[in-house]
Amino acid sequence: MLITLKLFATFRNGRFKVAEQELPEGTDVRAVVLSLGLTEEEIGIVMLNGRHGELDSKLSDHDTLSLFPLVGGG
Amino acid sequence: MLKAVTFLKESTQGGMLSWSAQSQAVVQFGLRCHEVEALALENGIFPARYQRNRNMISIEEQLKLFRSRVAVIGCGGLGGYVIEELARIGVGHIVAIDPDIFEEHNLNRQILSTPATLGKAKVEAAVDRVAEINPAVTVTPIKDYFCLANGSEQLAGAMVAVDALDSIPYRLELAEFCTVAGIPMVHGAIGGWYGHVATQLPGDTTVQSIYRHWVAGKGIEQQLGNPAFTPAVVASLEVAEACKILLGKGELLRDRKLSIDLLEMEVHEISYPKVPPVELVVAA
Repeated sequence: MLITLKLFATFRNGRFKVAEQELPEGTDVRAVVLSLGLTEEEIGIVMLNGRHGELDSKLSDHDTLSLFPLVGGG
Repeated sequence: MLKAVTFLKESTQGGMLSWSAQSQAVVQFGLRCHEVEALALENGIFPARYQRNRNMISIEEQLKLFRSRVAVIGCGGLGGYVIEELARIGVGHIVAIDPDIFEEHNLNRQILSTPATLGKAKVEAAVDRVAEINPAVTVTPIKDYFCLANGSEQLAGAMVAVDALDSIPYRLELAEFCTVAGIPMVHGAIGGWYGHVATQLPGDTTVQSIYRHWVAGKGIEQQLGNPAFTPAVVASLEVAEACKILLGKGELLRDRKLSIDLLEMEVHEISYPKVPPVELVVAA
């Protein structure tokens, strides 16, 4: 299956803003996060097709996945 | 009191009461600065210091702001600017909460910090700054941590809680407290070039949703630090939201979060649709 992966803020450093990825059927968000060299602790927001997603959400063909880093300072 | 009102009315020029007349009333009638401001606003007299508010904020609304109590939780990067703006626009009562003192690494961005205030409690600096810029505003300093256990004491009477904390777990406690206490909360967070803002009204769980993936520790601010401009931007958006809540006007950032990237100059809106209540399945 083919998904569109969008990265935001510091996740773009040394990576990309947007890319298409060919993934095996049944891949979940967590697997994509780990494949980017990111840890679960770094994830702020998971958006799947414009809606709030989960790390264990299963991806489907033509999904758009957006990942934002955790921001918590003041 | 009647004499004071007469004096204020007679001192009004072009519908405006000058600061010097306000100050003179304080001395002449033995009143406190906030008492003079209350008398003026209650009698339809616009203090001249707010004249540039006038076409956005009516005198009734200015009085509403003056009678409002806003709690600012955290008096560092975000909190300093939040307090500055609330005082300038004329919010009458600010509760400033922070356990810390100023340190040198605060000087690049925290507007209440100066070389002279190093070692001074942040909440004391807030009191001094507001006394300097708008003596009619009352600041209640609380040099302590915010947590669930002391929330009802610290936030008593607050009409809005502005989140200027730098810790995710304390923020989640604030969100939980505000839900229980029925206080609207304006949430803001920053890290490096990035920040976000959202408004949560009682019954909403937006802040809990924003941090639902949080496990432990801090966000990207730990590696990036914070520059001068990110807290100023996010704090200003928070104050706009707080004022709209107090005045009951405009469109709030409710059920959505504004994510700001100042490096690429991108703004993204992320929606947090309400979780619909679980429907009861009744067996036929």
